[in-house]
Amino acid sequence: MRRVLSPVPIAVICVLGALIALLAYGLAQNEPDRGVDEALARGEREPAPSLELPKLGGGGSASLADYRGQVVVLNFWASWCKPCKDESPLLERWHRRMRDRGGTVLGVDMLDVTGSAQEFIDEYDLTYPMLKDKDGEGLERFGVVQYPETFVIDRQGRIAAVQRGPVDDDFMQRSVAPLLARS
Amino acid sequence: MRRAALTLAALALALAPTTAVAQDCPKTTLGDIEDEVMCPVCGTPLGLASEAPQAQDERAYIQQLIDRCKSKDEVKRALVAEYGENVLALPGDEGDDDLGDVLVYVIPALGIVLAAGGIAFAVVRWRRPEAPGRPLAGADGARLDDDMERYDL
Repeated sequence: MRRVLSPVPIAVICVLGALIALLAYGLAQNEPDRGVDEALARGEREPAPSLELPKLGGGGSASLADYRGQVVVLNFWASWCKPCKDESPLLERWHRRMRDRGGTVLGVDMLDVTGSAQEFIDEYDLTYPMLKDKDGEGLERFGVVQYPETFVIDRQGRIAAVQRGPVDDDFMQRSVAPLLARS
Repeated sequence: MRRAALTLAALALALAPTTAVAQDCPKTTLGDIEDEVMCPVCGTPLGLASEAPQAQDERAYIQQLIDRCKSKDEVKRALVAEYGENVLALPGDEGDDDLGDVLVYVIPALGIVLAAGGIAFAVVRWRRPEAPGRPLAGADGARLDDDMERYDL
């Protein structure tokens, strides 16, 4: 004989199912996008996502497309981040080295207080252009999950290298110098 | 008498600006704001993000604004200017009053009502004594009696 479940267990099962689905959705949403890393591991270069943000300290906005034709070292940082402080002098040295060879460092200050960011820039005497990502838009597009992260973008606007964490001179020599040599 | 009046007048004059400033200066506290804003990097309300350096930086910024006599609303507006609207922890704080803000309050309330109703229904059913089953009649009843005898149950 067929036994029919009463409405209460059916409702409980439905609610549990909905909760599990919600949990799975939440986990999937929080999973960082690692498409760039996978493409680089295959030896491919993906086009960099478009990015247009206000300049830090005002004066309009700038986009990644404005730098097309240049080698761009796109560095995501924040003033309260200790490893960002450690790598800043190196990035500044590389910016000075790159700017006459068709390259630039482009800083993106993420989820940060503008005053603190400005103090950071003054303290480390940073001269490269800076954008402000106040609500994490760029962070999401580039799949940034830690501080700092750096993307090396070639002259064709493709991501040629990624560093999750602070950069060092070895990374810059290996990833940036060969791109500068090609004009 | 005159001296006392003069002293009182001088005292009133000395206190007057302080009182005026205190009245003009909207007071709020870090603790009052912490629960209503997010630590955007941590993804939690600021009050729960105790040790994160980003949270400490945000707190320092809020405290600066409080020290400058900013009201709670002014502090929130300044935070939105720095971090975007996601910094606001309370639905409806953005001021756009969209359907999502209403649903955030309605859905949990509806869930609680439904869950309470389900539990009440289950308790009532569980406590109700089961009705005795009707004895089988006719051929079915005879067959059952035969089976019971055969298996000596």
